Amino acid sequence: MAKLTNHTIASARDGLASGDFSAVELVQAHVDAMSAARDLNAFITETPEIAIERATESDKRRAGGACAGPMDGIPVAVKDLFCTDGVLTTAGSHILDGFVPPYESTVSQNLRDAGAVMLGKTNMDEFAMGSANVTSYYGNVVNPWKGKDGKDLVPGGSSGGSAAAVSARLALGATGTDTGGSIRQPASFSGIVGLKPTYGRCSRWGIAAFASSLDQAGPMTRTVRDAAIMLGAMAGHDAKDSTSAPVDVPDFEAALSGDIKGLRVGIPKEYRMDGMAPEIEALWAEGIDMMKQAGAEIVDASLPNTRHALPTYYIIAPAEASANLARYDGVRYGLRVPGSSLDEMYANTRSEGFGDEVKRRILIGTYVLSAGFYDAYYRKAQRVRKLIADDFTKAFEDVDVLLTPTAPSEAFAIGEKMDDPVAMYLNDVFTVPASLAGLPGISVPTGLSGNGLPLGLQLLGRPFDEETVLRAADVLESAAGFDTVPGGEG
Amino acid sequence: MSYILAGETGDWEVVIGLEVHAQIISKSKLFSGAPTAYGAAPNTQVSLVDAAMPGMLPVINEYCIEQAVRTGLGLRAEINLVSVFDRKNYFYADLPQGYQISQLYHPIVGEGTVILDLADGSTREVGIERLHMEQDAGKSMHDQDPKRSFIDLNRSGTALMEIVSRPDLKSPEDVGAYLRKLRSILRYLGTCDGNMDEGSMRCDVNVSVRKVGETELRNRAEVKNVNSVRFAMQAVEIEARRQIEVYEDGGDVVQETRLFDSVKGETRSMRSKEQAHDYRYFPDPDLLPLVISQAYVDAIAESLPELPDERKQRYMGDFGLSSYDAGVLVAERDTAVYYESVASGHDPKLAANWVITNLFAVLKDKGVGITDSPISAVNMSKLLDLLADDTISGRIAKDVFEIMADTGKDPASIVAEKGLTQITDSGAIEAAIDKVIADNPAQVEQFRSGNEKIAGWFVGQVMQSTGGKANPGVLNKLLREKLKG
Repeated sequence: MAKLTNHTIASARDGLASGDFSAVELVQAHVDAMSAARDLNAFITETPEIAIERATESDKRRAGGACAGPMDGIPVAVKDLFCTDGVLTTAGSHILDGFVPPYESTVSQNLRDAGAVMLGKTNMDEFAMGSANVTSYYGNVVNPWKGKDGKDLVPGGSSGGSAAAVSARLALGATGTDTGGSIRQPASFSGIVGLKPTYGRCSRWGIAAFASSLDQAGPMTRTVRDAAIMLGAMAGHDAKDSTSAPVDVPDFEAALSGDIKGLRVGIPKEYRMDGMAPEIEALWAEGIDMMKQAGAEIVDASLPNTRHALPTYYIIAPAEASANLARYDGVRYGLRVPGSSLDEMYANTRSEGFGDEVKRRILIGTYVLSAGFYDAYYRKAQRVRKLIADDFTKAFEDVDVLLTPTAPSEAFAIGEKMDDPVAMYLNDVFTVPASLAGLPGISVPTGLSGNGLPLGLQLLGRPFDEETVLRAADVLESAAGFDTVPGGEG
Repeated sequence: MSYILAGETGDWEVVIGLEVHAQIISKSKLFSGAPTAYGAAPNTQVSLVDAAMPGMLPVINEYCIEQAVRTGLGLRAEINLVSVFDRKNYFYADLPQGYQISQLYHPIVGEGTVILDLADGSTREVGIERLHMEQDAGKSMHDQDPKRSFIDLNRSGTALMEIVSRPDLKSPEDVGAYLRKLRSILRYLGTCDGNMDEGSMRCDVNVSVRKVGETELRNRAEVKNVNSVRFAMQAVEIEARRQIEVYEDGGDVVQETRLFDSVKGETRSMRSKEQAHDYRYFPDPDLLPLVISQAYVDAIAESLPELPDERKQRYMGDFGLSSYDAGVLVAERDTAVYYESVASGHDPKLAANWVITNLFAVLKDKGVGITDSPISAVNMSKLLDLLADDTISGRIAKDVFEIMADTGKDPASIVAEKGLTQITDSGAIEAAIDKVIADNPAQVEQFRSGNEKIAGWFVGQVMQSTGGKANPGVLNKLLREKLKG
């Protein structure tokens, strides 16, 4: 293989194991790619020194016969929502100016312990609020893919920097977080694989919180196999997170049998929405056909409360966010804009420190929790959330996985939908229901739009059944044979 | 015992409910592993969680749950096997998260009872509405710098129990009795040290007034900054009188939060801006509902110590003490332990008398608690031994007690040193009586002509001549025989 950056995690693991190249060589190639692709604005902070240092340690471990596992020596990017010991962590926000945590998030620590090498911190929508990576204080991220008109496109969001970095071959994998679709939707827009695990599979400790009952970290990679390998290194019970599930981490890669004969694949009719783009519908039909060809049984499924998911999400997530973001007050860390009183200092700091989208959600969240509105909004939303989860529980009595589109469109141009938040929120229409139910979901690139842009399909599974989701996704991936790369190579 | 305030338009009664914040005795905080010791240098007992760093998550301290359940059981309350933590949202510089984790909708402890021991020896039940767990905030210091405030987060995240009473209290005396009893129960249980001066027990007093005979409650004021039992009692009286005045002047009492100023002896309205809080409570998504089992509760119930009410009943039943004496002795666990050690092997009523009448006076005089008493329980026991075996008389015992109080010495050695051993030898006493009779023929005549009261004067004379050491029983018997001739 000519270019080390064209490896997958799996092939790089094998190359490192057989001594075809060293971790330092592999990492250096990615460091070079990262610095050559700054026009994408995928990274907020590049950490080449840390990368080379850790790659050197990895080579030493390997030489000493103490390889830490399949991720040892693999260069990865880390979303800037994960706190990283001694490295600037911004959450894409002005309000965390100069914040260097003295601690490492559990997930990034798990990756470190597995030998993975951090290349840098990726750009993202401010506090993970956005679907286009245009709300970052550090500027928008550019999708490595271009449409026929050559315009700059969004990479999706909020994990847009991670998606762009993996898609553009700047990293073999990246961490993302998904609250309502923030891993899966940018994966679809950027032609990569994005896996949101079951809520509780990965620890939230050390990840700046957006909506605590929804936030979940997951891998963003170029193949399903890579997602399986990387998730294995990220997941695990953590006593420091009360919502982390005390379940064992299986060998996810071993679940990729390539065999889905008899697997019951549900097609939820409520996802076939009015005004759905014909090419999304066609993509979905192709996906259904691929699964059928591979021996799966296609079953009609129903999730009757799907249409309530988006409004429910946009009550619960902002409500939690309004409290979670209260700690950014200028008192202890990050930005402080002085004022003549404490209240004025708060107002100055938060007015200047937060962007419009974050402010909008804090206001929505504050409103829905207010005296007199709590029952009508928050409490009702919690009840509807339960109904949505019950829909899935019922559906999974009959099917093993559900197959849906990931996003309602291809990547759009930077600047579009900016004046219409609701249109922006609609990006998450297919991803939000599973978030509310806490279920695992993966986006797999399966085709190109008429405009030559990648499109993904989503597979959803039962709680803590990532193995079945990955097995089905692996088969779908093989059938789709999506091997194009941005810029038309490959 | 009713507490009625006379106004110009008639008689008023007061309705009071208390919210007590009791700091849970626990080595570490409610949701973090940081230590809780009082008096450490500022910001030295702060974990990443207490400082609300990005991405930090609360993890419940199981010992605090146990302490809350133990307290609930001590208050004879219903224990809720499922409870939920909520976020109470407000901004303040010493509240790092921007919300306090508390339990609004589903507290861990439901309804219970506290029995008041009133001054006249009577008792009354006061209802407990609920007990919930919550985090304490840090401390703002506004007096360290002319322009800036400083924040100490040592207390941030410390576990509190908020214990809310029913509005069953009717007088300042009730308030005092309630706070003392609650503190006593908490100390017996070892769940809160009850030190109001260190802020480990604080209270807010809800006060309203109404005309005697009314059944509806009127608007109440929540009086804050009441940091001693005495202040709480004062605050009730002052606030009640203020409200009566407002009504009698034709005004209306506003439902509001007021600040007690012990120096000026008044309560003041806090700025309306400060109380216009909408706390936007909602379940904390970082914490799962707290589920405990009945077996867990039962195991804690098994391990409860004897509590003041049960102990009081035992003192009344087994020792024959009055309700008042028993109540006084059990109020502080240390006092009860002291008393029981003294009572063991002695007449329990006599022991109670010595502790309540004599020892308490000494402690009050010296301004020390019973654990620092100059007279140890062992020495007090020895004193009662000396009385019981007639080595000394009751009169001499009081003198010995005074010396013990001043020197802390063993009573036996005081008696030996000062030669205070009682004269029980009837020959020696007889000789002393004979001398007094011989020296005072006029008084002897008075006695014999019917003034028997003068016998007391003779006793005094003989006591004086024997240095108080004559056994009073022997003396009285012999004296009467000899006076009658």
